[in-house]
Amino acid sequence: MAFTNAVASGRASSLSGVAVALEDVSVVFGSGADSYCAVETIDLNVRDGEFVAIVGPTGCGKSTLLNVVAGLLAPARGRALVRGRQVAGVDADAGYLFQQDALMPWKTALDNVSVALEVAGVARAEARERARAWLARVGLARFTARYPHQLSGGQRKRVALAQVLIRNPAILLMDEPFGPLDAQTRGLMGDLLLKLWSDDRKAVLFVTHDLEEAIALSDRVVVMAAGPGSRIVAEHAIDLPRPRETSEIRLEPRFHALQRAIWSDLRAEVMKAYGDQFGE
Amino acid sequence: MSRARLFTLQIGVAFVFIAAWHVCAQYPVFGEVKNFRFFFSAPDDVGLRIWKFFATGMIWRHLWITLTETILAFVIGAVGGVVIGFWFARQPRVAAVFDPYVKMANALPRVVLAPIFMLWFGLGIWSKVALGVTLVFFIVFFNVYQGVKEVSPTVLANARMLGMNERQLLRHVYWPSALSWMFSSLHTSVGFALVGAVVGEYLGSAAGLGYVIHEAEGTFDVTGVFAGMVVLAFFVLAIDYLVTLAENRLLAWRPPAAGQG
Ligand SMILES: Nc1ncnc2c1ncn2[C@@H]1O[C@H](COP(=O)(O)OP(=O)(O)OP(=O)(O)O)[C@@H](O)[C@H]1O
Ligand SMILES: [Mg+2]
Repeated sequence: MAFTNAVASGRASSLSGVAVALEDVSVVFGSGADSYCAVETIDLNVRDGEFVAIVGPTGCGKSTLLNVVAGLLAPARGRALVRGRQVAGVDADAGYLFQQDALMPWKTALDNVSVALEVAGVARAEARERARAWLARVGLARFTARYPHQLSGGQRKRVALAQVLIRNPAILLMDEPFGPLDAQTRGLMGDLLLKLWSDDRKAVLFVTHDLEEAIALSDRVVVMAAGPGSRIVAEHAIDLPRPRETSEIRLEPRFHALQRAIWSDLRAEVMKAYGDQFGE
Repeated sequence: MSRARLFTLQIGVAFVFIAAWHVCAQYPVFGEVKNFRFFFSAPDDVGLRIWKFFATGMIWRHLWITLTETILAFVIGAVGGVVIGFWFARQPRVAAVFDPYVKMANALPRVVLAPIFMLWFGLGIWSKVALGVTLVFFIVFFNVYQGVKEVSPTVLANARMLGMNERQLLRHVYWPSALSWMFSSLHTSVGFALVGAVVGEYLGSAAGLGYVIHEAEGTFDVTGVFAGMVVLAFFVLAIDYLVTLAENRLLAWRPPAAGQG
């Protein structure tokens, strides 16, 4: 199996160490006069074990990029590679935590998580056992029998996190996973994510509109321009020590220096988007 | 409003209505009492007749026949609606070809089919079942079709990302969604199954509640008509209650509708 993979994708060797690669990616929605170019000529690499955060004004194409990597959306130009192989169709190597609610409302928390294993052929009893353990890890041991509508927004996000992580995906795509949560819960979820991530260091592509969150969690922050035709305008390496505690790291002087530097890039784009979308 | 108070008021409405009816049947409020009784009967007569229905046991056979027809019409119509609804929703081409015919068939007032069904299926229960099926089928069909079509794109994308193949999507996503839509129309479709049965009996049969009412009408027996109607009304309430119980079990995952406890 391992041999055939290596042979089948000759590129793999040249890209070893790169988990996700976007090469010259452009995405266009619609056609003709109505067509809208969301992102243009995007080049981005995520190394194995690297945690990359993407920030940018609303509507700039962050979710669009994740959809391309996930294989849910075909780019108009360029290509996406996951672990050296070109993405075509839904990408089984990726775990995707969606921006919107994506749990199956007709399944309990436990069934939502265990089904992720059952469809991969794991026996039902074992799948449920492991799902129970994962729900406990995200702090939901007491809520296994609840349906999604009986859970709070933060609890639903944690179920979704367990649902994605239980499959042990090679790469992790997260789209504003803590978006609807209050500041305290965001902090706790961020710490939880870092703890789970530090166990096996998957490559992570993490979209957020919260710059502080991006800096606190990631190894690198990528700033996207305002759309249409959004590009990457800046990349900042986050040289803060790990392991991190999100509430502690915010107090570091280095954190503030980074925040100022990235914000000066981001601000211009946010103002541009603001002018386009809300201006006269 | 507390439960007890609500219940008292509900009983009060029935009481006032029956009392007014009783007064009109006893005293010459609207002309002669005899005339009033011919057209509207009297509450005590109706009550006595209902008691006789059950005391002699003659009504059980009719209730049983109507119930059988209702259940058969519902089951056959629902199975057909689910299968065709699923098929159309997953095969947009098939749906597009058949679309005008489905609309045409659904627009047809089903009562006009009753004589044809009697010709085809005879005067027994099957002509009534057929009438009920034509009513139930379309309700279930449209709901299942909608249920499959209206699966949230995010839930679907997520299921795909979790590695589900087409068969697993059907089982874990499309099917539950379609069923939930079907169950949300359960009251309507069971109601229509009953309407089909009773109307069919009414138009020609030898048994069932519709037959009982029709027989009474044939002899200008207003008391019998009202007694049959009251039994029918309580029969519908009982079935509706059972449907509610089934619904609560099957749709436990759904948030309660706004405004309900
Ligand atoms: N299916 C679609 N058809 C047409 N335009 C689309 C479609 N999906 C997204 N867009 C447009 O593409 C742009 C990028 O959308 P995207 O969802 O990627 O933004 P985003 O950066 O994730 O925004 P947010 O931070 O608000 O989630 C937006 O301007 C949006 O209107
Ligand atoms: Mg988005």
